[in-house]
Parts: sequence; C-alpha cells; structure tokens
Amino acid sequence: MEFLLYFGGVFTPLSLTLLIGGTIGGLVLGATPGLSPTMAVALLIPFTFHLAPEHGLILLGAAYTSTVAGGAVSAILLKIPGAPANIATALDGHAMAKKGHGARALQLSFLASGVGGVLGVLLLIFLTPVLAQWALAFGPSHLFWLAILGVTVIGTLESGSVVKGLLSGCIGLWLSTIGFDDFQGAERFIFHDALTGGINVIAALIGLFAIPQVIDMFAKGRETAAVQAITVERHPLRRSIREILRLPRALSIGTAVGSLIGLIPGVGGQIAGLVAYDQSRKFSPDKAKFGTGHPEGLIAAESANNAMVGPSLVPLLTLSIPGSPTAAVLLGGLLIHGIFPGSDLFENHPKVAWTFINSMLVGQVLMVMFGLYVAGLAAQVARIPPSLMAPGVLALSIFGAYSVQQSMGDVYVMAALGLMMFALQRFGFSAAPLVLGLILGPIAEGNYIQGSMIAGATDGLFVYFFGGALNIVLISAVVLSIAYSIRMEVQARKLDKRGERA
Amino acid sequence: MRDDAPGKLQQVGPSAAILVLAAMVCWISYTAEPAEAFLFPKLISTAMLALALIAVFNAVSGIASPAPGIGPRLLYNAAAGLAVMLVAVFWAAKSLGFYATALASFFLLAWFYDPSGDRSLRRWLVRGAVSIGFVLVLYGLFALLLRVQTPRGWLM
Repeated sequence: MEFLLYFGGVFTPLSLTLLIGGTIGGLVLGATPGLSPTMAVALLIPFTFHLAPEHGLILLGAAYTSTVAGGAVSAILLKIPGAPANIATALDGHAMAKKGHGARALQLSFLASGVGGVLGVLLLIFLTPVLAQWALAFGPSHLFWLAILGVTVIGTLESGSVVKGLLSGCIGLWLSTIGFDDFQGAERFIFHDALTGGINVIAALIGLFAIPQVIDMFAKGRETAAVQAITVERHPLRRSIREILRLPRALSIGTAVGSLIGLIPGVGGQIAGLVAYDQSRKFSPDKAKFGTGHPEGLIAAESANNAMVGPSLVPLLTLSIPGSPTAAVLLGGLLIHGIFPGSDLFENHPKVAWTFINSMLVGQVLMVMFGLYVAGLAAQVARIPPSLMAPGVLALSIFGAYSVQQSMGDVYVMAALGLMMFALQRFGFSAAPLVLGLILGPIAEGNYIQGSMIAGATDGLFVYFFGGALNIVLISAVVLSIAYSIRMEVQARKLDKRGERA
Repeated sequence: MRDDAPGKLQQVGPSAAILVLAAMVCWISYTAEPAEAFLFPKLISTAMLALALIAVFNAVSGIASPAPGIGPRLLYNAAAGLAVMLVAVFWAAKSLGFYATALASFFLLAWFYDPSGDRSLRRWLVRGAVSIGFVLVLYGLFALLLRVQTPRGWLM
C-alpha cells in the first residue's frame, strides 16, 4: 500500500494543473484523426523538459490515457477512429450516434473507459512492485536478453513482415551506437557534425512518429474533408450510469481482456478493443444486434482499450521493456530526466514512480468528468482540415526537436529520420521496432559489455550469456516470439492466396 | 495522374539500400579501431546484414507481400509540402529565424493544400489570420513559457 503515501503529490496546484491540461489536451488530440496517441505524447515531451520528473510524467501519463479515450469521440461522431485502439468503438458507437443516441454513446464510452482504465491502473499498482522485486535477480546477461526480447516482440508483432520488423529493430539498435562510445570514448559512425553527440532520442521520436504523418497528409493532396459530425443531443448522465451498471458482462469482458492484453509487450489497444468486442459478442444473447448500435459492443471495446493502458506500463516500469510504442515514448520521457526504469526504480525514485502511477488513477476519473463536456469541442477539432493540421504538426515538430538541446543538429536528425521512416513505411517497415531499438540499444550494449567483462573473468562468453535458467527462459521467449510471428505471417499469406483464387 | 502499383525494382530497392547500409556498417564495425568499442556494433551489423540479405531475397523471389510503395501521384501531391519542409528545416529556420519560417511555411502549406481554392479573398484572409494566430501560440509556448532561444535569423 506504499502508493497511498504518495497521493499528496498528485494534488499540488502544479500537478493538478498539468493533469487537467494533459487530460483536456489529450482528449482533443485523441479525437483528431491523423494524430496518434504516440505522436501526441512524443510532441509533448519537449514541454516536460523544464519540469520536475514527476510533473513531466504526470503530463505525459494524462495525455496517454486521454488520447486513447478521446479517439472514441471521432469514432462515434465521425466514424473515423482517432487512434487504432478505437476501431472497434466505431462499429456500434457510430451506429448509435446515427440513430440519434450520440450523447448516450459518448457517455457510455467515457464511463466504460473510466471503469476499464481505473481497474487497469490498479493492476499496474499491485503488480508492478511484485515484478520489480523479482526483477532484482536480473544480471547483465538477463538484461541484455530482455532488451533484445523487447525489440523482437515489437519487431515481430507490430510489423506485417517478421524480417522487416526485425530489420527495423536492428536499424534502431545501430542508430543508438552513433556518437562517442561510453566505455572507450571512441568515435562511432559520425558521418556528420550533427551526429557528434549521438542521436537525441526525443528528436528521433518526433521525427519517426510525427514527420511520416505530416507527409502522409501532404500525399493526400488537396483533399476535401468530407466528414459530417453528428450533432449531439442532450441525454441525462444518470441514465447512462444505470445502463452501464445493467451491462456488467460487456464491462467485465472488456476490462479483463484489455488488462491481460496490456501485459503482453507489443500487443496494442487495437487488438484489445477488437478481441473484447468479439468476445463480448460471443457471450451475448443479443449477438445479432452487434454492429447495429448495440451498447454492449461499445462498452466492451472502450473498457478494453483503456484497461490496456495501465498494464502496458508494467513491463516498462519493472524491466525497462516498453509494452507499446507509446510506452517507448514514455521511456524516452523518463530517460531525459535521468531516470532509468527497472528493478530499482521504486527504491531510488519512489516519489516519481508512485506520483506518476497515482496521477494515472486520478487522470482516469478526470478523463470521464472532462470527456463528457469536451466531446463537443473535440468533435469540432477533429474536423480541422489536413491543410492546417500538417503545417501545424510540422512546425511543432521543428520547434520541439530544437528545444530539447537548442541544437539545429537535432532538427536535421529529426527531419532526416522522418523522411527515411516515411519511405520505409511505404515499403512495409514500421517505426515502433526502430524506436524500441534506438531506446533499448544503450541498455543492450551496456549490459553486453558488462556481461562480456564478467564472462572474461569467469566461464566464458557462451556459458555466461546462454547458460542458466533465466537466460534460457528469455532466449526461448525471443525465439518463440519470432517463430510465432513467422507462423502467423505464413498463415496470413496462405489466406491471401486463397482469397485471390476465390 | 495514375498511381500504379510499384514494380519489382521499387519493391527490391529499399531492402537493397538497407543491404548496402548493413554491409557498410559491418565493414566499419569489423575494421575500425579500437576494436573493443565496436563489439556491440559487430553483433548488430552482422544480424542486420543477414536480415537484409533475407529481405532482398524475399523481395526478388516475390515471397514478400507487395508494399504500397511510392507512386507518381504520391510524389506529385507531396512535392510542394516536402519542398517547403526541406527549405524550412535545412535553410530558412536558421537564416530567416524560426518564427518567420513558421509563419511563411504555415501560410504556404495552408494555401497549397486548401481544397477550397485560391479565388476567394476571404479564404486568403482566414489563412493569414490562422497562420499569425498559430505563430503567436508557438511564441507563447516556446519563447515565453519554455524560454527556448531559437535562431533569430535575418528577419526576427
């Protein structure tokens, strides 16, 4: 119950202001199609640079939580999911709005998000210290394999092609070695002056997540935004509360599925929402009503994608392995403050860790409160045309990348990586494994070097890195994650071929 | 303008480019001194080279699923935006100053990509007002709140 000791930190005037600002901003950004939660959090990181670590994390955590929930607004009112996590929400949510139940759909969506989110954060609170204690047994070889596992899991699950996913991860790991070597002080791969200090993680995150989306908007040309927001009528909140209480099956399926999926690194909210929707339909006596504006589908999808948020941070805070691309960006936010998540986070920085986690709990409640009122505004923001959105995001990216170290080199790196990522994405490569490689690279390298030194003085490299139960478990997990993804890819290819023949 | 599916050359191109990069990184890792500083890059570049070879093989043999690629329509649509972005990042931001560059590039991009066209005076005024408003917000956030000293350039 240590977390209770740090609740006061959430209720200081600055913390509350940041929490409310992050929640409202996140709801609005989340509702905006084309702005992913990962990109929103990446763009916010430069603003946390001047804040104390716990305050910076409060802002990022609030934005992460509420962008996922905010995505439901455009999914319901415009049938455009604000984020991939809201795809399942659009299925019944928009149908409800078209029938004139827009306000009811929004209220049910935010209430379900709140319940799922609170339970997900509670799981984070009670599971994290247990896992952190367990993680104390990890030595350099285990941490090396964990970092590699983080890259392979995201590389294989986030990408359509296992080879391309792993290759992206390798590129990220290589990028992390650019600059001066920490151990020998030797120059490595410095092809331009801008690379002398290495690749700044924040500038890279902004480039890799924001610039490809900006170019995507350019690539659509002079496109008319032909979306019509559905007008929201008034609907008493207490009726929605009563309704959601009458549908505990959908709520519990959504929360359970979201929490479990959140714990698995690499499996995002999109899968959580869709699996919860599907399971809820299977267990419902009204299967035929799903997809026609049935509240159970909406509740299951929204409770799942928000229940996933808390557990997705468990591997990050205990093992330094981000469970999702957004968690990887949050890791970047921690590292710029010199805070290294992992087994000793709760011993060395209990105030930062617990204030952050507690703020996510309070943030879930604020998200429900504000979500119901901000929905109308968010729907309007969602209609901002790409002709204004693209230059806005571009300018924020340039200013954000520059502000981290006040260096033009970071702006050049941001733009170059963004252009490269856009081209790679068009050929089936994905940004998430590259980012993971870039962030986990120093962890993998540091532990590899330390491990090599220990191995040199003991039984040798092979025995040190491949021997011992924990090493074998971790290596098996790496192999299994790759083998499973190859199997899925082969199956998907077979299905495609069958489809073509049919 | 048609946006044809990219040909085999385009499908192979990125993997081949990464193969060249991986070979170069591998060569540097195995030859540069001090060798101890390149222990980890050796490991990574070897894996990268192996994966790049598989990716090229998959692309050449047609095993890899075809990706959307970069077609002429995409290039045509994105050309103006990319040009503004490249000029802004690699020249104007330092020479003209961040805020002047932000104002000019916002206005230009809002004009290039506005589907409602160029004829209405009202649209020009709205674009101008939105651009100025946006740059004022940027100034408030970065110069006043975060106290970031951006290059002032010739104009501001």
